[in-house]
Amino acid sequence: MLRTQEYVLNFGPQHPSTHGVFQILLTLDGERIVKAEPICGYLHRGIEKLAEARTYTQVIPYTDRMDYLAAMLQNVGYVQAVEKLMGIEVPERAEYLRVISGELSRLTSHVLATGVYALDVGGFTGFLLCFREREKMMDLLEELTGSRMTLSYARIGGVADDVTEGWLDKLNKLMDEMPGYIEEYNGLITGNEIFQARTKFVGQLTPETCINYSLSGPVLRASGVNYDLRKAKPYGIYDRFDFEVPLGTNGDCFDRFYCRVLEMEQSVRIIKQAIEQIKEIDGPVMAKVPKVLKPPKGEVYHEIESSKGIIGYYIVSDGTNKPYRLHVRRPSFINLGYLDEMLRGYLIADVVAILGSIDIVLGEVDC
Amino acid sequence: MLENLFVGTADWLRSLLGGIGFLPTEIAESIVLLVKLVAVLVFILVNALWLVYMERKVAAFMQARIGPNRVGPWGLLQTTCDIGKLISKEIIIPKKADKVVFLLAPVLIFLPPLMVFAVLPLGKNMAALDLNIGVFYLLAIASLSTLFFFMGGWASNSKYSLLGAMRTVAQMVSYELPLVLSLLGVIMIVGSLNMSDIIAAQEHTWLIFTQPIAFLIFFIAAVAETNRCPFDLVEGESEIINGPYTEYGGMGFAMFFLAEYANIMVVCAMATIMFLGGWHAPFGLTFIPSWVWFFIKMYVLIFIVMQFRWTYPRIRIDQLMGFGWKVLVPLSLANIFVTGIGMYIYRAIGW
Repeated sequence: MLRTQEYVLNFGPQHPSTHGVFQILLTLDGERIVKAEPICGYLHRGIEKLAEARTYTQVIPYTDRMDYLAAMLQNVGYVQAVEKLMGIEVPERAEYLRVISGELSRLTSHVLATGVYALDVGGFTGFLLCFREREKMMDLLEELTGSRMTLSYARIGGVADDVTEGWLDKLNKLMDEMPGYIEEYNGLITGNEIFQARTKFVGQLTPETCINYSLSGPVLRASGVNYDLRKAKPYGIYDRFDFEVPLGTNGDCFDRFYCRVLEMEQSVRIIKQAIEQIKEIDGPVMAKVPKVLKPPKGEVYHEIESSKGIIGYYIVSDGTNKPYRLHVRRPSFINLGYLDEMLRGYLIADVVAILGSIDIVLGEVDC
Repeated sequence: MLENLFVGTADWLRSLLGGIGFLPTEIAESIVLLVKLVAVLVFILVNALWLVYMERKVAAFMQARIGPNRVGPWGLLQTTCDIGKLISKEIIIPKKADKVVFLLAPVLIFLPPLMVFAVLPLGKNMAALDLNIGVFYLLAIASLSTLFFFMGGWASNSKYSLLGAMRTVAQMVSYELPLVLSLLGVIMIVGSLNMSDIIAAQEHTWLIFTQPIAFLIFFIAAVAETNRCPFDLVEGESEIINGPYTEYGGMGFAMFFLAEYANIMVVCAMATIMFLGGWHAPFGLTFIPSWVWFFIKMYVLIFIVMQFRWTYPRIRIDQLMGFGWKVLVPLSLANIFVTGIGMYIYRAIGW
């Protein structure tokens, strides 16, 4: 008796292309997906709970461990939230250093996302090509902060230290070279016929769905919604820079990927402007803040544009030196919310393409 | 002198055995044949080892890396070391696997390339066996490897392996057709299934010039047949881990791994014989031995296949099938048609 039946495939947590320890229970009909059940939590460390037993400054390294690919952006989001709560003015030079290191972090994250996406659809060379430039940026970040990935560079009231001599020139040189490298990625990955066939019109998202599910970052903008916090609600000193928000039209995997590539170009623009402007500014990189930080009673919510989307910090203070409650709105986690519906009807190969195009970091998903 | 190195060795062996006197000719002949086949086996294994190394070096240079450079001069012994490590590993058989089939698959996987190489003329008068229906035999044997991939995938009793095995069958069956059809044009022109005849017919003009489309179809289908990128869906590591070999460790994995390279050699050697004039020297450069020419041509093709792998992303299964059935098969049929008409006109004019 011939009959067909659906079966369950356990995709992850030990699978090379779930970008970490993410699990999807796929119900399959042959190679076609009938249902997908995302399961996360394998990397849960309870950062939000841990923060309640740490002083405000001690929380900063924990924020690194969320989106470890763009650690500086996580740092900045947190310290800006605390500064907002305490009403601390940050020195100009520190603001610029935050922008420079933050955008550099975004670049490393996007370069990696580009490379890993090439690997997800099967092109190995694109992956290693992107690592080449990422390495250069990591070296610069290491020189600035003393650490390659978990930077912990931001402090409440400024940044840890000023730049070393000649660092800005080195950075400027790399930023001059960057458009050439991006051109190379476009030549090898974006322009490839097979790559486009694999990613175009796959996993499409309408602007309405994106807004309803509170998706953010390149995933949202690829669907054509012009919402970048750096432009929409400029925080820090982002209103001083001239840059554009790249938008997609179809909201498919290709647009999500290409949005990141275009965003890299904009980050390069911002960094170059910041380097120009910071040369005119002298002064401290730390505001005068008390040794023991005791924010007034109250609560604050502050959100910034991280590389994966909008990262928001909600802090409740009870007047002591430790936060009463810390909650983080993690973009990677929220962007995964629509995964099931996105995957239905596609093939196994598309699971990897769609998951890769959302660009999740498991440290942030599971927090 | 170099030209007849291998032929001469065989003749010397034959005369040596004949000189012993008491051996009947049949036995002497079979001993010579056995030696030839062992030589083919060694040739394939050494080449597969070398190709793994070459692949890693080519990949490294394409990716702005250095590649293996620690073991031996320029890392030449890297693959040998890897295989040594793999041999020393425990053979793990999954609990619910079909034991016999599971163990048999990696053993048999080397059979098709070995059998194919037994009839390939690797140089002037250098076929271990000169079969009259060489091309027919070759196509029949070359597609056998599908079965062994499927055996491995089925016996593993793992969903990823099964998916990979199903993909193998789907892919190989659909690409076997354009592969065979593209060779029909060659056979029509030459009028023989004997590979020595096909090579002899290419003494002045390589068939790639008279059958360019057939060559393209053959090459694409051959890359698909050997599960190489961009058609490496069978082992697409970002989707189904490693396809049929997922559950294999140690030497079982190594056998599949080496067989992949042996298969590349087979298809590239086939392409060389059918389209690139086999062992014929181009531009009258006959001072270089014929078997060297054969290797040069084969390795150029292998190099191109390697470049494919490190440039292109992987195609999707529905696109793969669509490309095979909707593009390659009609194109190869059209090629046969055009070739037929061309030959008819050719004869009518009486060139």
